[in-house]
Amino acid sequence: MVTPQTRQAFETAQPLTDNAVAVRGVSKNYGDVEALKNLTLEFPRGQLTSLLGPSGCGKTTLLKIIAGLLEPTAGEIEVNGKAITGPGPDRAFVFQDFALLPWASVMRNVAFGLELRGVAKSERESVAGKYIADVGLAGFENSFPHELSGGMRQRVGLARALSVDAQVLLMDEPFSAVDEQTRRKFQEDLLNLVQNENKTFIFVTHSIEEAVYVSDQIAILLPRPSRVSEIIRPSGFRDKGVDNIRRDPEYLDIVDEIWASLRNYVE
Amino acid sequence: MKVFGYRLPGMSSLLVWGLLWEIIGQSGMTFFIPPLSEVIATLFEVIGTPAFQKALYETAYAFGAGVFFAIVIGVPTGIFMGKSRLLDELLLPWVNMFLSAPLTALVPVLMVLFGFGMKSIIITTTLFAIWIIILNARAGVMQINRSLIDMARSFGASPWDAFFKIYVWAALPEILGGVRIGVIRAVKGVIIGQLLISIVGFGALFELYSSNFLMAHFWAVLIVLFALAFTISEFFAYLERRVAYYAAKR
Ligand SMILES: Nc1ncnc2c1ncn2[C@@H]1O[C@H](COP(=O)(O)OP(=O)(O)O)[C@@H](O)[C@H]1O
Ligand SMILES: [Mg+2]
Repeated sequence: MVTPQTRQAFETAQPLTDNAVAVRGVSKNYGDVEALKNLTLEFPRGQLTSLLGPSGCGKTTLLKIIAGLLEPTAGEIEVNGKAITGPGPDRAFVFQDFALLPWASVMRNVAFGLELRGVAKSERESVAGKYIADVGLAGFENSFPHELSGGMRQRVGLARALSVDAQVLLMDEPFSAVDEQTRRKFQEDLLNLVQNENKTFIFVTHSIEEAVYVSDQIAILLPRPSRVSEIIRPSGFRDKGVDNIRRDPEYLDIVDEIWASLRNYVE
Repeated sequence: MKVFGYRLPGMSSLLVWGLLWEIIGQSGMTFFIPPLSEVIATLFEVIGTPAFQKALYETAYAFGAGVFFAIVIGVPTGIFMGKSRLLDELLLPWVNMFLSAPLTALVPVLMVLFGFGMKSIIITTTLFAIWIIILNARAGVMQINRSLIDMARSFGASPWDAFFKIYVWAALPEILGGVRIGVIRAVKGVIIGQLLISIVGFGALFELYSSNFLMAHFWAVLIVLFALAFTISEFFAYLERRVAYYAAKR
């Protein structure tokens, strides 16, 4: 017999594959250009999903539609099971070009998301201060963006996105404008972030190695017409430690496999 | 500039021109140009007089009010033009036309519409200054980095916040540049207004001195006016330099 309590427990329990974000039949046209065509994709909660594909295949477009910054021509986006109508506090964006206020200090930049949400100054600065330290920028609170390196600027962008405590983090090629060493460090930090913060990450990249290194799930997008051609879930090497991943046979196999399916699209 | 290996301080060339002025004045070539020393002596004499101070007050008032309205109306108009395609298409031809139009010809029309008082002078001043302020604010907004706007939207900025926390600041270097040029045009506007509409302020002094052939007085007031205009425009140039560090990378 099913008691009311158990029934209630079943009803409130999340379904087995719990998706933080679902993209349903989304199309986007820019005039005559079909950037996305009837694209469907799900993003499991608490995991990092990469959108991987050659440039021009609509990755940024898809991410901006999920962010609510762009209106899809058809289809809809669900966040926590509810269709979105625009930007919301459940999502935060990390920009490829950092999108920092050049006239504001690191502290104000990191606290800016909270400032826009009307959080009192002392409160938002204590939250921002914590995340500035978390991303390794303690001591730079009063610096200005033009005084920082590219890598440090992106840490500011990341701290700003973390400060608003959104469940979904949208990252558009966040490491593409930083040098290779910094980039590797970022990738390791990102893995730790996914483990420690209970957030869903949607991560755009055009680097195969990067996608395989950081992702729980990789969606490969292909252009003309834009579609999800394949979903890959690396599973074997995730907990072997950041240092061993790049030597793992499964890691190398997946990189090869993805390259094999993408090479036809590289001019 | 360097002469014989010595670095000359800025504006040393003024000394040369001042000297030339003195020589021409002393030579008695034309009554129109009295010696610079005489002009400067007159300047200190004139500055203390109630007539001068009244003129200074009237001019500063009209100038201040005119510039105030030019900024308060011009900057938002420019920003909205930069934001909205529709508004831009609607207004840009007019702004460009007024920017290069001989505004002096409009002054009689203003007199008919707004009378012969301070109001018309202020409006004339505003009309001289506002167009370049609009155009520069517009140019400032058009070059704003798209992702700053996306950023503000993604964090839920209200239109009010976006305006005051993003647009105004991102366009500030251009806005200040526009205000600096607008202020110089406003000096022109206020004097033309005072000469044509009602003979008050510095305009009245110019009129009085030149019709009585008091050339030293005339030049003295003109020097004061130049100095004031120069100071104000340098002030805005200073502000512009303060924000120059981010003008290059937005
Ligand atoms: N604002 C726009 N207007 C017209 N076409 C656009 C616009 N933004 C993107 N596109 C086109 O849509 C396609 C996908 O662009 P984008 O999403 O930026 O790709 P990606 O991020 O994968 O490089 C490209 O062909 C691009 O030229
Ligand atoms: Mg892109």
